[in-house]
Amino acid sequence: MVSLADYGDYVTAWCPGCGNHAILKAMKHALVSLELAPQQVLFVSGIGQAAKAPHYLNANVFNGLHGRSLPVATGAKLCNTDLKVIVESGDGCVYGEGGNHFLAAIRRNIDLTLIVHNNQVYGLTKGQASPTSEPGFVTKNQPDGVFSLPFNPVEVAIAMNAGFVARGFSGKTEHLSGLIQAAVAHTGFSLVDILQPCVSFNKVNTFGWYNQRCYILSEDYDPTDRQAAFLKASEWGDGIPLGILYKNKRPAYEDHFPFVRRGPAATRALNVPRLAKVLDSYR
Amino acid sequence: MELDSINILIGGEAGQGLVTLSQILTRGLVRAGYYIVVTQSYQSRIRGGHNSYAIRVSDREIMAPKEPVDLLIALDQNSVVLHMSELSQHGLVVVDEAISSDQHPQIVYAPFSRIAGAMFSNSVALGTISALLGLNENTIGETLRGFFDKHGAESTKENLVSFSAGYEWMIQQKSEFPKLGPPALSEGRLALNGNEAIALGAIAAGMKFFSFYPMTPATSIATTLADHATEMEFVLEQAEDEIAAINMAVGASFSGAPSMVATSGGGFALMTETVSLAGMTETPVVIVVAQRPGPSTGLPTRTEQGDLEFVLHAGHGEFPRAIFTPGDVEEAFNITGKAFHIAQKFNTPVFILTDQFLADSYRSVKPFDLDTIDPVDPCSVSDVAVNRHITYVLTHTGVSPRTFPGMSGQCVKASSSQDLVIADSDEHTPDGHLTEDLSVRISMVEKRLRKLDGIKSELARPEFLGDSEPDLLLVCWGSTKGSTIEAANRLRKTGRRVATLHFTQIWPIIGEEFVEKLKSAGKTISVESNATGQFARLIRRETGFQIEKAILRYDGLPITPEYILAGLQT
Ligand SMILES: Cc1ncc(C[n+]2csc(CCOP(=O)(O)OP(=O)(O)O)c2C)c(N)n1
Ligand code: SF4
Ligand SMILES: [Mg+2]
Repeated sequence: MVSLADYGDYVTAWCPGCGNHAILKAMKHALVSLELAPQQVLFVSGIGQAAKAPHYLNANVFNGLHGRSLPVATGAKLCNTDLKVIVESGDGCVYGEGGNHFLAAIRRNIDLTLIVHNNQVYGLTKGQASPTSEPGFVTKNQPDGVFSLPFNPVEVAIAMNAGFVARGFSGKTEHLSGLIQAAVAHTGFSLVDILQPCVSFNKVNTFGWYNQRCYILSEDYDPTDRQAAFLKASEWGDGIPLGILYKNKRPAYEDHFPFVRRGPAATRALNVPRLAKVLDSYR
Repeated sequence: MELDSINILIGGEAGQGLVTLSQILTRGLVRAGYYIVVTQSYQSRIRGGHNSYAIRVSDREIMAPKEPVDLLIALDQNSVVLHMSELSQHGLVVVDEAISSDQHPQIVYAPFSRIAGAMFSNSVALGTISALLGLNENTIGETLRGFFDKHGAESTKENLVSFSAGYEWMIQQKSEFPKLGPPALSEGRLALNGNEAIALGAIAAGMKFFSFYPMTPATSIATTLADHATEMEFVLEQAEDEIAAINMAVGASFSGAPSMVATSGGGFALMTETVSLAGMTETPVVIVVAQRPGPSTGLPTRTEQGDLEFVLHAGHGEFPRAIFTPGDVEEAFNITGKAFHIAQKFNTPVFILTDQFLADSYRSVKPFDLDTIDPVDPCSVSDVAVNRHITYVLTHTGVSPRTFPGMSGQCVKASSSQDLVIADSDEHTPDGHLTEDLSVRISMVEKRLRKLDGIKSELARPEFLGDSEPDLLLVCWGSTKGSTIEAANRLRKTGRRVATLHFTQIWPIIGEEFVEKLKSAGKTISVESNATGQFARLIRRETGFQIEKAILRYDGLPITPEYILAGLQT
């Protein structure tokens, strides 16, 4: 039996009132519900406030570079498919610095879960605009407001036929925990974009702002209908839909490598007779 | 007339089948038992332009390219124009009669396309060359058959018939062109170039993950590996960019797989932040940098040794590394194995610095002794006595034993929530969590740097060849090895006391191991394919010894013995 205690209880460096606390809680609950023990899970994160999250629970952790968590996770998963791999980082890290990896991970459909703490701002570097900041968003570094249009991650993911696309809100913690569970249980790439208030640097998209707009998709919403999903995903403003927006059954990337599911790469010994044959072919 | 070697140059446009023709000849010569040194020189385009493929062949051991051309096979008129001036005294040009008929005593017009039509004219040419050199018709014919069968071509028969027709035609010409002596080697040698040797060396070293983004001249490492990935059960992944490639390799290595990436200067520039990540997280990774002339895109298909200082300093912050610089194809295979061992043993990035010349240079290689193959075993080093694994446990060597996520020591499946691996790119405590405790910072910096002592104790030592206390000592590294040694051999025949000092590893560097040799020489000269003498500068920085003179080349072509001898005159 896995219990919440297995995942520990750590003092964080986050601001009181930050949405990250609730995301951490939702994550631990999801892992416990899935009966996953800490040693079965690998968290890979980048750099940012969100990227610190894996340090605040017990699990395997690779906390790498800003923007580069997805390729690290891809390499790790391909060399040990027994691991449940969860990538956790911020909107700037995943959609900005690491944008190309986001697209490539969706194309591959590698079996991992991407959790994005989307606070529409760069928290750690003290409040610059992020790729999801809305036009007109004023910061110390964008004193005239943001000019560019925001990146809509769920819309892009559905357009690219991602395996599993969901949006959650840190303020609806139990719902969020359910989404994380479903995402981790999904075979193939799964994205959970999580709206997360940053109390220190985003005074526009506050808890109240999100809470007023976010609604949970109704029971009869069909996440396998891609056209409908696309419409839902583009909804942003007075109403912001939460839930599993889209999913499909694309084969996971690992399936293309016949040998990777036969245990971790580290344990596969060199096949010397085959090597001899390979070398012989250069005669 | 007898020659110590015959330098064959095949010239033509891209898209004329020049490489296929040349590679079959290369393989045939190796199969017949000759020594070869191949120099490929091509323009960065898929069709047109001028390309050449030089094969220096001999019945005795050779290790360098040679400049004068003894036999020019011109597939187009342009090749005659461009290379006529390189022809040696007794040299001969063979050209299709359909291309040109200018009278010249050194030109032979052959009916390449008249015999077999344009489709198979290269096979006629192959027959002609084979007869001209006195090669056994069967040996080359079988090589041709093997090549076309392997590539699933349907036209093997037509090619063989054309080949024989070319062979017959040449026999009837009764040419006086010097024939090759009987081959010296009987054992079945391998025909390998530098990149193939690195790829095969990596497989033999137990590599389990390779990622790349295509970039000349590194791409053929990926191509070679792609041929064997499924059979040898390693993952090969073309990444979305070089940053992804090296991060994937780091992730793979973190989860236990010996990993490698290969790129060239520009792609490596993108990887540098992650080189530093590997240094900080103490994740082993082998990084092949196949150099081409820069800056920037430079000359994409030519050669240079201009990235020594770049690779030496790449990555922010201070952490240990090792840089290997193979001098020939055999060394490329062996040093790749060593690179994997050093990376795994010291948990740090290790480089193989090569260049276009060696990457594309085929040689006849003695088959590798499979009994001495020693793949790395990541599980054997992951032994820890303590209950709870501590990723960065402080040790006197600086090396912390590793375990991998999901596994406890010796790769046993993890059964307890204490069996965790935590790595961080931030400065971290021994248990892997980020810290700003500045005393921990000091102990971690020192721990990482201590590993350099261990790396030094396993150095590939520089190779000194030739006369002791020489009048002249030629110093070189990487692919200039063969030309430097041959230049020294030629000088010795003129009565001079000459020696060479070649470095297969240029970092770390231990002055005590070679400075006496430098001091014992009347004169020291460094030989490098770059414009500023980067290696000589490194030696001076590390040892205080100033090498007197440099022979440098930076026109994109490989350094040859002739180039060195000419440089000595000035
Ligand atoms: C290569 C690189 N560029 C810039 C930075 C500085 N940096 C650290 S975190 C960050 C942005 C963080 O924003 P986000 O990913 O949204 O995370 P948050 O802090 O908001 O959770 C930046 C720009 C860095 N660490 N590395
Ligand atoms: S700065 Fe913003 S994102 Fe960071 S901890 Fe504080 S509230 Fe959370
Ligand atoms: Mg953010």
